[in-house]
Amino acid sequence: MLAVPAFYVFSAVLLISAAMVVSARNPVHSVLFLILAFFNAAGLFLLAGAEFLAMILVIVYVGAVAVLFLFVVMMLDINFAELRSGFQRYLPVGLAIGVVLFVEIAAVVGGWQLAPESAALRFAPVAPDTHNTAQLGTLLYTDYIFLFQTAGLVLLVAMIGAIVLTLRDRRASRRQSIAIQTARRPTDTLELIDVPLGAGIARVGIRRPLATEPEEAPALVEIGHAHSEEH
Amino acid sequence: MLPVSIGHYLVVAGLLLVLGVFGIFLNRKNVIIILMSIELILLAANLNLVAFSGLLQDLVGQVFVMFTLTVAAAEAAIGLAIVVVYFRNRGSIQVEDVNLMKG
Repeated sequence: MLAVPAFYVFSAVLLISAAMVVSARNPVHSVLFLILAFFNAAGLFLLAGAEFLAMILVIVYVGAVAVLFLFVVMMLDINFAELRSGFQRYLPVGLAIGVVLFVEIAAVVGGWQLAPESAALRFAPVAPDTHNTAQLGTLLYTDYIFLFQTAGLVLLVAMIGAIVLTLRDRRASRRQSIAIQTARRPTDTLELIDVPLGAGIARVGIRRPLATEPEEAPALVEIGHAHSEEH
Repeated sequence: MLPVSIGHYLVVAGLLLVLGVFGIFLNRKNVIIILMSIELILLAANLNLVAFSGLLQDLVGQVFVMFTLTVAAAEAAIGLAIVVVYFRNRGSIQVEDVNLMKG
């Protein structure tokens, strides 16, 4: 049986990479170990019979969330050595809390047993001859359709929230203003000059642009209005 | 069915949760690692749900995992957006610097 050694391999790599996530010196290494942890968790999901969720974990977490983490870690210019200065100081209290938490979990798991009537209490028993994805889709689109749409709403709110939070209005950027562009008249900018035959720049003179290029976006509006009032 | 007993899955998920909590205490200054530790904790919860779903042959656990994944992805996106905005305003992501609202 190959599934039992696979379980131990996946579990060991998962726990080791999780330990490396929280203790790596470089945050980029932390993110890469997080990706490894998600891959092995997907393997554990696969062994438990949740094939669709294993693939979702790989696609959503490795493909989107971990890459998002990597993007943010690389984008922020942070002195990460300074951030680790309290590492040794927090190690004992972290270890103590971790040990206490694990002892509590072990006590709960040690005294736990399955209810005898649990097989009769199941909401959606697995049909033996149907694919996992098909079963999950049937359940999700019938009994859990409202929760499914609520999940979509949560994702929409998260998307809008992330955009609103990070959208920055740069004052120095030169943004296109369609109102100013359509309000321009040819007489504002264009001037036709009769140049006599043989006359050069020396006699006609160098024509300068009427309005100089504005430096800032708010100034653009003011100059545009002032310019149109002149003519 | 599960290849091993449910206790194996519970021990792995418990250790993963403990590692996540440990990471929050260990990296008290780095918000990004704290967010990754929260992801590990959520992964431990998902592992328990999937293990019990496989043990009882009940699909509701897997449906619940899907919603947990949705909320976790939304949480990561919002959290990282807040980190980016905070870094832009203060030039640091240390947790101890987040004291603007203390009155």
